[in-house]
Amino acid sequence: MALVEIRDLHVDFGAPSRPLPAVDGVDLDIEAGEIVGIVGESGSGKSMTALALMGLVDAPGRVRAAHLAFAGRDLRSLAPRARARLAGGEMAMIFQDPQASLDPCYTVGYQLDEAIRLHGIAAERVNRATRRERAVALLAEVEIADPAARLHAYPHQLSGGMAQRVMIAGAIAGRPTLLIADEPTTALDVTVQAQVLALLARLRREHAMAILLITHDLPVVAQTADRVLVMYAGQVMETGRVPAIFESPRHPYTRALLDAIPEHNVDRARLRTIPGVVPGIADRPAGCLLGPRCAFFVERCATQRPALRDVDPARSVRCHFPLT
Amino acid sequence: MARAPHPTPFPATRGEGAIGPIASPSRFIDFWRAFAQSRGAVTGFAVVALLIALALGADSIAPYPPNEQYRDFTLVPPFWHDGGSLRFPLGTDAVGRDILSRLIHGTRLSLLIGTISVALSLTLGTLLGLLAGYVRGVVDVAILRLMDVMLALPSLLLAIAVVAILGPGLINAMYAIAIVLLPHYVRLARAAVLAEAGREYVTSSRIAGAGAWRLMFATILPNCTAPLIVQATLGFSNAILDAAALGFLGLGAQPPTPEWGAMLASALEFIQRAPWVVTLPGLAILVTVLAFNLVGDGLRDALDPKLRRT
Amino acid sequence: MTPNLPLLEAHDLAKHYRAPGAGFRARGVVRALDGVSFSLCAGRTLAVVGESGCGKSTLARQVTMVETPTAGKLCIDGRDVGADAAYRAQLRPQIQMVFQNPFASLNPRRTAGQLLEEPLAIQRRGNRTERRDAAFAMLARVGLRPEHYGRYPHMFSGGQRQRIAIARALMLRPRLVVADEPVSALDVSIQAQVLNLLMDLQQAFGVAYLFIAHNLSVVRHIADDVLVMYRGRIVEQGTKHDLFAHPQHPYTQALFASTPRLHADRVLHQVRAAAPSSFAPRSSPL
Repeated sequence: MALVEIRDLHVDFGAPSRPLPAVDGVDLDIEAGEIVGIVGESGSGKSMTALALMGLVDAPGRVRAAHLAFAGRDLRSLAPRARARLAGGEMAMIFQDPQASLDPCYTVGYQLDEAIRLHGIAAERVNRATRRERAVALLAEVEIADPAARLHAYPHQLSGGMAQRVMIAGAIAGRPTLLIADEPTTALDVTVQAQVLALLARLRREHAMAILLITHDLPVVAQTADRVLVMYAGQVMETGRVPAIFESPRHPYTRALLDAIPEHNVDRARLRTIPGVVPGIADRPAGCLLGPRCAFFVERCATQRPALRDVDPARSVRCHFPLT
Repeated sequence: MARAPHPTPFPATRGEGAIGPIASPSRFIDFWRAFAQSRGAVTGFAVVALLIALALGADSIAPYPPNEQYRDFTLVPPFWHDGGSLRFPLGTDAVGRDILSRLIHGTRLSLLIGTISVALSLTLGTLLGLLAGYVRGVVDVAILRLMDVMLALPSLLLAIAVVAILGPGLINAMYAIAIVLLPHYVRLARAAVLAEAGREYVTSSRIAGAGAWRLMFATILPNCTAPLIVQATLGFSNAILDAAALGFLGLGAQPPTPEWGAMLASALEFIQRAPWVVTLPGLAILVTVLAFNLVGDGLRDALDPKLRRT
Repeated sequence: MTPNLPLLEAHDLAKHYRAPGAGFRARGVVRALDGVSFSLCAGRTLAVVGESGCGKSTLARQVTMVETPTAGKLCIDGRDVGADAAYRAQLRPQIQMVFQNPFASLNPRRTAGQLLEEPLAIQRRGNRTERRDAAFAMLARVGLRPEHYGRYPHMFSGGQRQRIAIARALMLRPRLVVADEPVSALDVSIQAQVLNLLMDLQQAFGVAYLFIAHNLSVVRHIADDVLVMYRGRIVEQGTKHDLFAHPQHPYTQALFASTPRLHADRVLHQVRAAAPSSFAPRSSPL
């Protein structure tokens, strides 16, 4: 039984009579201790999927799924309080802009104290001294130098990388078995990005913590994840293991994304591109979502939307004509 | 079975094709839709429209001339009381002037006061705020300190002081009110300019060669109008209240002008005998101020998300 | 090929800012740029690479003459721009800029057409009809359609806005365009489109680029020469080939090592530990 099991997840906006699908039938499994990456461009629904899993989708968004389970528990039948307890505890999330996610009015120590009070074990929550001890330990865990002094710092006094580490510290305060990281390094410098990714990998190793890594940056996912889902316009186009999925992509979109990366165009004067734009939430084509932009488009692609099919034990593709 | 790929159908620089964001027909329709979401705002707007219509057509709508005295019909109650009649639907005052007609003509005066005071204040305030926010340095400090001094004085006292210097009368009351409202516009405009002046599109215009004047008025100012518009609408109601207060004190409109505040003042002694002479002008003020406030709130809600979208 | 006289030369350019001190204590000085020297020839692309705080944005403001240097000089066509305000004004149309954030760099109150015509109006070039025609021509050049002329920025996607920004920068036919991370905020597929566009336009107009970026693979594709900056100084500079083949400075090497690559050794990927989780489910009741 996987740690996370999601079947046929939908997140709709707009009027119930004419729903606008931000997430359109996503299946996702995460095993304990696994790093799964979701890759996609804007409008792909990757962040919305994570928010739906955390229970953070507010009205007017509507979440429905055939199956939505965490650690064997059906999330949809949990009482709201129990569901809210999970968030920040066994299932934690960190976001893209650490400065925006930390409250600027309170010190790092105060915010960690809050996290420990809510999600720490009984022994840690006894009094302020024990909480402080745990906070220092958490900061040390995320490789912040001089953690005791840092407790008194305000978020604006921290660099981007340090702020992100503080966020991670707050997230692991509850000893999560799943950490969702939504574009955790996009706003960071490249050297800091490498450090933060290494930190996440280390935490996974030492605590067997599963990570759901959401990003638009293919090389980041290639370096960090075990498995990848490629999403486009609300649907999963391809899933597979790393590095196989990037060495031999089977879906035209994955291949086109890889082709567009400057790294893969070193020998060419002009980069290969995908013509057109991602369809807006209200403009989704009736047939295959990639159809109008796909180099392999035929009439069947306009009328019939392909289903996600296994082409290999570890690979599924949503395409009528998967690449060989 | 996959076929060999045909050459890319679009040249790469053709750009986004048919799939693109939906274009709105016009910004005004966008704005109206957002504004109309609030029922209070629409109601307020309807009332304001009615008031404007009354003010414009006062001469034809009012049954009697506002200053015509009917000595045989003093202190006649409104038609729903005993002794009232539809001849004078809202009754008459102590010297026999029809209250309905006076109220309708008073609408014209109140709207005039509001418009002129706010227009004066808004123009001068925006100018000063723009200068302060753009030029910064000594100019900024000087303007702000001056505004601070003005804000330190209670607004009504300040208005009274101005009127005392200029002499009583409606025009001078308007100047006084404009001066009292000034610091609010200056601060608002300055804050908006400070926020916008550092934005990249302003730098872009500067790099294209725009001089200070063009930057201030053509680039920055149009992007600062939203909070100013809202404040202007709310300032309208402030102006009407202040004019009524001055009129009540005898420093604004002079008799026999049918200004609502002045009507209140002259009728105070009748509050027991003939309450309608006091209540009706008071109600008129209430309804007008409320309507403008509702419109102002609706404007703020309609304009804000638009700003955030960009 | 005639030897290129450098279009732009910087000699020991420095920009210091005063940091506000607390109370009456002495104010600190932030050395945003600390003695930077380089040159750029017409029609070539010089990439500036560095992380936050390295001074690349300050450099952009210096080159576009938005700010004056604290020390050192900037020479365009051999003449020092610092000394002569008239020369600066004359040069303005020749140096333009494209910004990083496509959502903040266009005036929200202007339509695309007005945005394109504005530089011409400011510089008083052509009459109304001529400006309009020029705007339509440039829209087509950057891959937009005539009906986009009357639309406001919020109706466009990020990639389209960046195209408008590039079009606007080129309206005055500048000889140098400073591009401050122009593709960093765009999706991968749109990034590729915009990079191609920039290269096509360079071919067509012979414009030089000062291309500021933090993404080394983008730099590798588009640059001729590269500058690496750290804390206000240039730590290494050279042609693209030299720099990427043999990075000398430790910081440059660190940048290369940190850049995630699709097919690099999976340094970060470790065998999943068999050790029990330290985050074992709590046995004691809360």
